Amino acid sequence: MTDVALELASISKSFGRSVALRSASLSARRGTVHAILGENGAGKTTLMRIAFGMLQPDAGTIRVNGETRSFASPSAAIANGIAMVHQHFTLVSAMTVTENVALGGRGLFHPRQARSELLALAKRTGFAIDPDARVENLPAGAQQRVEILKALSHGPRVLILDEPTAILTPAEAEDLLNRARELVNDGGTAILITHKLRDALKFADDITVLRRGVTVWTGRAAETTEDALVSAMLGGERVPAESIRNETSHQSPVSDGEVVISLHDVSVRDALNVERLKAVSLEVRGGEIVGVAAVEGNGQHELLRILAGRIDATSGVVTLPPTVGFIPEDRQRDALIPDLSLRDNVALAGAGARRGVMDWIAIGDRTRSLIGTYDVRARDENVHASTLSGGNQQKLVVGREIEWAHVALVAENPSRGLDIRASAAVRGRIIEARDSGAAVVIYSSDLDEIVSLADRVVVVYAGNVCECGNDYESIGRAMLGVTAP
Amino acid sequence: MSPTTAFIVDMLVHATPLMIAGLAVAIAFRAGIWNIGADGQFIAGATAAAWVGVSAPATIGWLALPLALVAGAIAGGIWAAIAAWLRSRFGVLEVISTIMLNFIATYSASYLVRGPLQESTHVFPQTDSIVAGARMPILISGTRLHWGFILGLLLAGVTWWVMKYSATGFRIRASGMSPFAARSAGLINVPRVTSGAFIVSGAIAGIAGGVEVCGVTFALYENISPGYGYTAIAVALLAGLNPLGVIGTGILFGALETAASTMQRNAGIPSTTASVIEAVVILAVIAIAQLRSRSRHSVAAT
Repeated sequence: MTDVALELASISKSFGRSVALRSASLSARRGTVHAILGENGAGKTTLMRIAFGMLQPDAGTIRVNGETRSFASPSAAIANGIAMVHQHFTLVSAMTVTENVALGGRGLFHPRQARSELLALAKRTGFAIDPDARVENLPAGAQQRVEILKALSHGPRVLILDEPTAILTPAEAEDLLNRARELVNDGGTAILITHKLRDALKFADDITVLRRGVTVWTGRAAETTEDALVSAMLGGERVPAESIRNETSHQSPVSDGEVVISLHDVSVRDALNVERLKAVSLEVRGGEIVGVAAVEGNGQHELLRILAGRIDATSGVVTLPPTVGFIPEDRQRDALIPDLSLRDNVALAGAGARRGVMDWIAIGDRTRSLIGTYDVRARDENVHASTLSGGNQQKLVVGREIEWAHVALVAENPSRGLDIRASAAVRGRIIEARDSGAAVVIYSSDLDEIVSLADRVVVVYAGNVCECGNDYESIGRAMLGVTAP
Repeated sequence: MSPTTAFIVDMLVHATPLMIAGLAVAIAFRAGIWNIGADGQFIAGATAAAWVGVSAPATIGWLALPLALVAGAIAGGIWAAIAAWLRSRFGVLEVISTIMLNFIATYSASYLVRGPLQESTHVFPQTDSIVAGARMPILISGTRLHWGFILGLLLAGVTWWVMKYSATGFRIRASGMSPFAARSAGLINVPRVTSGAFIVSGAIAGIAGGVEVCGVTFALYENISPGYGYTAIAVALLAGLNPLGVIGTGILFGALETAASTMQRNAGIPSTTASVIEAVVILAVIAIAQLRSRSRHSVAAT
């Protein structure tokens, strides 16, 4: 028997043209907590989903206790003693805790037996829970415990935790990670996906760092430092991606335009009553691009929607112009109606406030000119939006929002999923909007995009917004919650 | 009157409530609201129209007719508003609440025609006849065809125009097709728009009930609707939710129902045959629509 509980060797995985993993490797020893660190899109979750049988690798080997295995599905992984707790809850909210934990089991459901088994498991592992509570009535921290108990109920030898502390308060997070440490005392293994350097250093025995799908560092936590990990995560030298050429790099000096958008002490709570933004203040002036950088789930989703006037603040003062253009990340769902024509989709902007009769002739003319100006490749304005490629859909959305709003534009990952030419076109339009005096806010999970476009950068970390220098080093550190050295 | 003329007249008389209730269903479905309750709203409208029609003083003359129809619209609208409120306040699925409200309407009407609204001799389970001023004028003298049919055509035309050319209609369509995009890109108050469409849908179904009372039965009976509100769903779906198409499909189903009773009378063929044909038509339409949308999406995916 080897000392390694789970080994992933030279795993590669692509989604279409984008490469998520390039021969990434990881080796988790028995009786240890193993942390996986990396930026957004570094491939951490993809690698673990492969280990859990949710995704099939294009190449590479999975070994459990030294034996090669391949998992066609999560149930195959579970049968081999691997369990995973996902970043997003997978609970049935109308069911009780017991029912949720028993879900996915085989055979008959014996409520009383399931309940006593759950209580025994909760007692053994220290994850206190009321087995009869309905999940929808539980706070986020307790729901997280249910997820973990669900995973532990299969008696796994390897437990994968994907960002388990993202939605927890610091005290809850500390408690959870301490419990994870205890779990491995009897020879189990915990794999912890995290963005948080300090958690990794404090709770993990081993650390693996992924960058752009490659394992760039692996070793003992005790033998490394925060600084070494930061430079491993961000890369020693960062060459801006080829997609961003000189055309997009002419930053304007600090804008002296008027304040167009302002937030003062704005707080936002989500449906689970978790505070996503904490008394945030921010001003955006005409003629500047404010770049927003953040690790997934730190409150940038809410910040952008507050800035765009798409959601209401729980408290605080929000001052917005009458119209703010918004380019949401999920354009298929939030920006376009795929089964309507391009003309109808253009008419959608501002439809909530329109009175009386739709002037379809004028809207048709506007759509045609938009198709021309923004180089949308479409036969005419009457084809359904679903017939366009992703890039052309996005050009239509960008054009529509800029023409409609003029003074303010909020963009969320505007070039995600686009090819190089379409990305460059979209970025070019955003810069033009800035140059013509609009206040622009852009969030991107691609740091290259922020660094090349933004005149000023703010970082959202755990619901707080802080101003930050426009370079990889300071953005990267601020995103991880590390203050400048 | 030749048998053919008689058949056409009967067909159009039958088509009128189906057409108007079909419009009601089409509006709701366009808004993404699965209003299965056109039958209950029809009955609520018929009840209110009958009540106004019976109790209107003779002195107001023909004004009794618009009053009865407006009462029908209000009652149908309120019936739908209950489900709309349950949906927006408690998240109750309208498919379930409207079916339940259909039962409540059916049995409430049944109670009313045996209780408070029963005719003056207290023998039959029906109301008194409505006053002359509340009766729909006849379109072709010597037949049963009344102006309610023309009202149906007008409603279809207006609905078509509103859905196609008004900002409100566009908001309804956008909210129905993609509530997310309607909210995020259109800044549309989706719950308000869909609730509004739901209530208008109920009001139109209520008008259908009012038209039936004022144009055909002249009183409220226990089974005033032989499932018009359910057939209306087929009428609307077969028309592809197009208000102008509802005219054609309403007449088609009117013809099927008329022919069914004629067949039974003259040839001994069970009238339920028509129901079987209706169901087959609906299944065929749904299958074709599915196939078409699937082929379209596969094109888009390439």
